[in-house]
Amino acid sequence: MAGFEVVLEPTNLLYCLVGVLIGMLIGVLPGLGPAATIAILLPLTYGIEPVTAIIMLAGIFYGAQYGGTITSVLLRLPGEASSVVTVLDGHALARQGKAGTALGIAAIGSFVGGTVAIVGLTFLAPVVASFALDFGPPEYAALALLGILLVSTIASGARVKALVAAAIGLLLATVGRDAFTGTERFTFGSLDLADGIDFVPVAMGLFGLGEILYNLEERHRAVHAPGKVTNVWPSRADLRESSGAVTRGSVLGFFLGILPGGGATIASMAAYAAEKKRAKDPSRFGKGAIEGVAGPETANNAAATSSFIPLLTLGIPANATMALMFGALLIQGITPGPQLVDQHPELFWGVVNSMYVGNILLLIMSIPLVGVFVRILRVRAAILAPITALITMIGAYTINNSAFDVLLVVVFGAVGYLMKKFGFEPGPLVLAFVLGSLLEESVRRSLLMFGGDPSGFVSRPISAVLLALFVVVAVWPLVQSARRRRPAQAPTPDREEASV
Amino acid sequence: MTAPHPPNPEPAVAAEPAAEPAVEPEVHDDGPPPAGPVANLGAGLVTLAVGVGGVVVALALGVGTPAQPGSGMWPLVVSVALVVLALAQLVVGRAGGDGERFTRHSWMPLVGLATLLGLVALLPVIGFEIPSLLLSLVWMRFLGGESWRTSVVCSLGAVVALYLVFVAALGTNVPHLF
Repeated sequence: MAGFEVVLEPTNLLYCLVGVLIGMLIGVLPGLGPAATIAILLPLTYGIEPVTAIIMLAGIFYGAQYGGTITSVLLRLPGEASSVVTVLDGHALARQGKAGTALGIAAIGSFVGGTVAIVGLTFLAPVVASFALDFGPPEYAALALLGILLVSTIASGARVKALVAAAIGLLLATVGRDAFTGTERFTFGSLDLADGIDFVPVAMGLFGLGEILYNLEERHRAVHAPGKVTNVWPSRADLRESSGAVTRGSVLGFFLGILPGGGATIASMAAYAAEKKRAKDPSRFGKGAIEGVAGPETANNAAATSSFIPLLTLGIPANATMALMFGALLIQGITPGPQLVDQHPELFWGVVNSMYVGNILLLIMSIPLVGVFVRILRVRAAILAPITALITMIGAYTINNSAFDVLLVVVFGAVGYLMKKFGFEPGPLVLAFVLGSLLEESVRRSLLMFGGDPSGFVSRPISAVLLALFVVVAVWPLVQSARRRRPAQAPTPDREEASV
Repeated sequence: MTAPHPPNPEPAVAAEPAAEPAVEPEVHDDGPPPAGPVANLGAGLVTLAVGVGGVVVALALGVGTPAQPGSGMWPLVVSVALVVLALAQLVVGRAGGDGERFTRHSWMPLVGLATLLGLVALLPVIGFEIPSLLLSLVWMRFLGGESWRTSVVCSLGAVVALYLVFVAALGTNVPHLF
């Protein structure tokens, strides 16, 4: 519990507070979800010492999550897939003049869900980590492959396109000097590319600038003005009505969040479905049922928190937002993985305990500050867009004081915009890019271990099980769509996963 | 990150001046139609080209043997996977997929991109203040349709705020004039 002393130092508390605040400030901008927010704000954590930086990141993470909730309720614009269902009843409540209640319940639910998940993480993470200590390169290769596949198949767009994006991410990760032979790959003679492409400009471009460029065009059909928000403190009756939903959402979210690939999204949808099923009068749902906000918002925060478990214990990010946290930790010189708990307990527990604090600060700040965020939402997008773009550009420069990084952000911003236009998800690309060098290294080390015999991968039990899972996940959708197509002759085979 | 855009039943705020009245009918719709088969074909061909390019470069790098993998082996594996996926998309994925058609507002991101490239070019030469101010003016006045007065005031305010944050408070090394 030494981590708490670190977290409670005044400087660290201040950075956590600042993190929550700016996380919410950027996260509340329409179109910018948690991944974009964290990407844009990553440079701010540079030059701060590791523990403080991580504490600030935890603050940004929670703030950004809640920022998405605010836009869901007030503008019907979910920041990311995990708050899509919040729109249904959250916005209905807002139209009845009860936006404050919805936001208040969401904040309380998020706090409870997050806290339950952190407690679970505190106990479960060391166990998972000790199990994973025996993992060698073949297991890591299999695990990374499975993670990339799961994120690609659970993505909301077309599956083949998600896999294409993942493959391009893996290819981009090979740019630069080969760690084994020193040969330059895909650098085309450029000195700037010789050290490889940095993760941060890729994430800032694809998630941040890509969204900003897309919104330039988009704005013409999404002009909103949120109404006044009053009465943020939920009444006792509201609290009573949602307490069950919050409890169920916490547990459901925690367990669904551990699974790789969109844990928070599935958790929020499962929680919504569960609440609707349990309700005495399901017809209230979609018309402003408070449980319809409390359940999913609790579950998605619980899941977002428990998805730190695979990241911190296995070093495998479970979704795009976790990929960003992974990159951020790497930049701070921390490689998440099974050794982290044993070798750097102060860092591990620092990260975990900073979540407690981030979560508490979120609760303290979100409710009183709702009015401020509503005012920000009234500022026209035309004025906010260039400011966000400039923060991204100048922030990108400050990472390495390099104009080339800024150019990369712009290039990946253009790529991100085009991907969106052509229906490609940036998430799988970023995740595959982050895991790319780990995957290549593990595969090559494994091949050296096996003396070049690839059957070694299936002769080790854990990697064999992981690869079997990989095959099942890869083949199952093909079986499913073949079955579905035969009777119905469905014309759009690769859209069915949108219903996940 | 694909935030769906449900139709917004609330009245649009009167932000846009009369400069582009033709824009209004689009305010309430669900967005442009899906990109369609031609766009999917194009995207498939581009990914195929990237994959084939990857294969060529990887082969030139030297593949080695499984026992002694060369630096081209992994890129080759990934590029082949990309080629296969691109072909799969060309065959089965032509009709489906999300994405959206380019609209008559699609020139805006292009202009935005041009100003961003301008900023990248000018930043190391004359500092961030003037390029930022110009970018902000273009985005607010021409892309956002704000009035000249609002654009100038907000752009100046934004640049001053950025200066205070990045130069005065954080002390970063971003090139600056003042």
